Amino acid sequence: MTRRQMFLRLLTRPTLVRRGRTLTALLAVVVAAAVATATLNLYTDVQAKLHQEFRRYGANVIVSAKDGQALPADALRRADGLLAGRGIAVPFSYVVAKTDDGAPVVAAGVDLDRIRKLNSWWSVSAWPSGEHQALVGTRAERVLQSKQGAFTLHFNNHAITVTAAGTLKTGSGEDSRIYLPLNEFVAWTGVPASTIEIAVTGSAAEVSQAIAQLSAAFASAKVEPVRQIVEAEGRVLDKTRLTLLASTLLIVLTSALCMLATLTASVLDRRKDFAVMKALGASERTVNAVFAAEAAGLGAIGAVVGFVVGLAIAFVIGKVNFHAAISPRFSLFPAVLLGSVLVSLGSALVPLSLLRRVQPAIILRGE
Amino acid sequence: MFLRLVYQSFLRQRRRKLLAGTAITLGVAVATAMIAVATDIGDKINHELRTYGANIVVYPEADTLDVEIGGVNLKPASDGAYLDERDLPAIKGTFWRHNIVGFSPFLPVHTKVGEADVELVGTYFNKELKYGDDAFRTGVTITHPWWKVRGAWPADDSDQVLIGESLAARWNSKPGAQVEVAGHGMQVAGILSSGGAEDQQVIAPLSVAQDLIGRAGVVRRVLVSAMTKPEDAFGRRDPKSMSPADRDRWYCSPYANAIAYQIMEVIPHAKAEQVRQVAQNEGVVLSRIQGLMLLVTLAALIASALAVSAAMATAIFERRREVGLMKAVGAGNFSVGALFFTEAALLALLGGVLGFVAGVGMAQQIGRWIFASRVVVQPVLFPVVLAVAVIVTFAGSAASIRRAVQFDPAIVLRGEA
Repeated sequence: MTRRQMFLRLLTRPTLVRRGRTLTALLAVVVAAAVATATLNLYTDVQAKLHQEFRRYGANVIVSAKDGQALPADALRRADGLLAGRGIAVPFSYVVAKTDDGAPVVAAGVDLDRIRKLNSWWSVSAWPSGEHQALVGTRAERVLQSKQGAFTLHFNNHAITVTAAGTLKTGSGEDSRIYLPLNEFVAWTGVPASTIEIAVTGSAAEVSQAIAQLSAAFASAKVEPVRQIVEAEGRVLDKTRLTLLASTLLIVLTSALCMLATLTASVLDRRKDFAVMKALGASERTVNAVFAAEAAGLGAIGAVVGFVVGLAIAFVIGKVNFHAAISPRFSLFPAVLLGSVLVSLGSALVPLSLLRRVQPAIILRGE
Repeated sequence: MFLRLVYQSFLRQRRRKLLAGTAITLGVAVATAMIAVATDIGDKINHELRTYGANIVVYPEADTLDVEIGGVNLKPASDGAYLDERDLPAIKGTFWRHNIVGFSPFLPVHTKVGEADVELVGTYFNKELKYGDDAFRTGVTITHPWWKVRGAWPADDSDQVLIGESLAARWNSKPGAQVEVAGHGMQVAGILSSGGAEDQQVIAPLSVAQDLIGRAGVVRRVLVSAMTKPEDAFGRRDPKSMSPADRDRWYCSPYANAIAYQIMEVIPHAKAEQVRQVAQNEGVVLSRIQGLMLLVTLAALIASALAVSAAMATAIFERRREVGLMKAVGAGNFSVGALFFTEAALLALLGGVLGFVAGVGMAQQIGRWIFASRVVVQPVLFPVVLAVAVIVTFAGSAASIRRAVQFDPAIVLRGEA
């Protein structure tokens, strides 16, 4: 038997013979690695998920024409091109129209399909589905006094007759308005879109970048963040992220410490093996190498299994809480592997350095 | 004899007991901290969500339609109905007064500032009000935290105003300058930047706006910022169609609708409703964050439980010689098991108490660090955590104890197991 074979045998036999103890130690490593992977993965991915949730609040950027001017005719197309799927842009146009009995009411033209996606909090009894249908705010409805039928709006001597498809309730300004499909609105009033509300997804930096791009593209318009939305989002997100970070640190630390405790105990338990090897003439280096290799192997195997389990846990949490998968961060693997191997090595070498000072004979006599 | 065995075991095997005890303490501490933070995070995030501004709006029931585009109100000031300013403090007298963070009244009027026609909005900045014996402060500094003022906030009931950023740029006005509002000289306290319609308005104390239209004590609209419970199917129901028991339950839940309902009860001729953009979405965001913390807590609990079990299993596995000896001198499986379980229970209780104290400390640290406020730890958590610690420790020990008592004493003592 060569030296190398002997070394391998020393490494593998004990783990196979004492399967119970090996499994306990391995379990500790797997649990620690899995929990660390899951929480770290969540921590890195949850911000994107939360940004997505915060977009429910609607637009965070508004592009509006400067006083008395209109936006360029291809503004929406250009905004769409700039966003390239990173958000949704909705064009608006407003006029003060008159009802049949001369009462003023704000009429708005809007892309109804887009607004439905942008402002999910709008409570709408029925969305317009055909031509000449309008969405009427709950307070505007009283002015019309029409019994479910058609009504006529007047603007600059042009009239349009539409039917109310449904009512709209938001608890703010929208309740006093009447919304028409943008193309019908423009055909009626001749007033093109003056405002584009945009919900940009992504982090604060990505939103600022989008604002800069939009400002450059629309030199003649005002591009402004909706401060109320942007600031509150930043604040809530910061606190959530920090809480999650604190939890992650706490969990990773506990897992590492418990792994350390379990492995240390398991090495101390094998002090007889240690003594026998030394009594038979093994050098300090060889003994250390055997124990270190065993610990490192345990740490590596545990890290691999734990990493897979951890990704699965993160996936389940994403599904349950956000109804979307948390994307696995394979870039975390080196960190998890390194941490796991280092903790394992530490938990093997600390007790060994304690044992080194003790004579093999004393250990073997059971004292 | 039994007590002596337990006592001696703790005295002689201090290192092993310390290891197992440390594992339990750590596990319990992390579990306690995580549960405390997870149960309190709803309140904390709810507070942060108030930065989105008011979630309930109150306006006169008989009000006419708003004719408003881009924050510019085109409705004549004489038009429409008003609320009475004297009724407003009663908002703090509703059942859910502690959930009401603040409210701000608004009275927009058209006026001439210098030569220009602008909209002046009267409101509270940080006004001290009283309801019954309760004094409190409220105003836009509380309900509109995203308003930024360069210079100073005006005092309520003064002749100072804020000028919106866009107007200030056009007029080149600076904090401390004088402006003429409808013939009265007033001082510009600060320049307001809100990122909204207010950038083109003049914001003044409520009394200034009331004087301008010559109607004392009127307001057009009140925005209320309240901490609410996420709306569910029950919260959306109409209280009029509920049974009395359901209605009581609905009334006593801090749904945005229930709080709005109670505001309508205390303010005559008012209509209150939720601002859906804020009220609807905060529920979703809140439940997502709570859900996230709950699941992370669950992961932490499982990890701690497994760590405690592993530590206990190792501790007992190491002592199979002792078991062999006890059995060799005639101890039955029952007394051996009882001994180990008693030790485990003692360890769990000790580790549980220490861990709970440490966990509460950790939770407070997290609260102070992140939210700059205390984390409320429910007292009921203490017995629950202790019970769970004992159960987990028992469960972790059970398998190893069963294995330990099954060994043949002779083999174990010869060191061949």
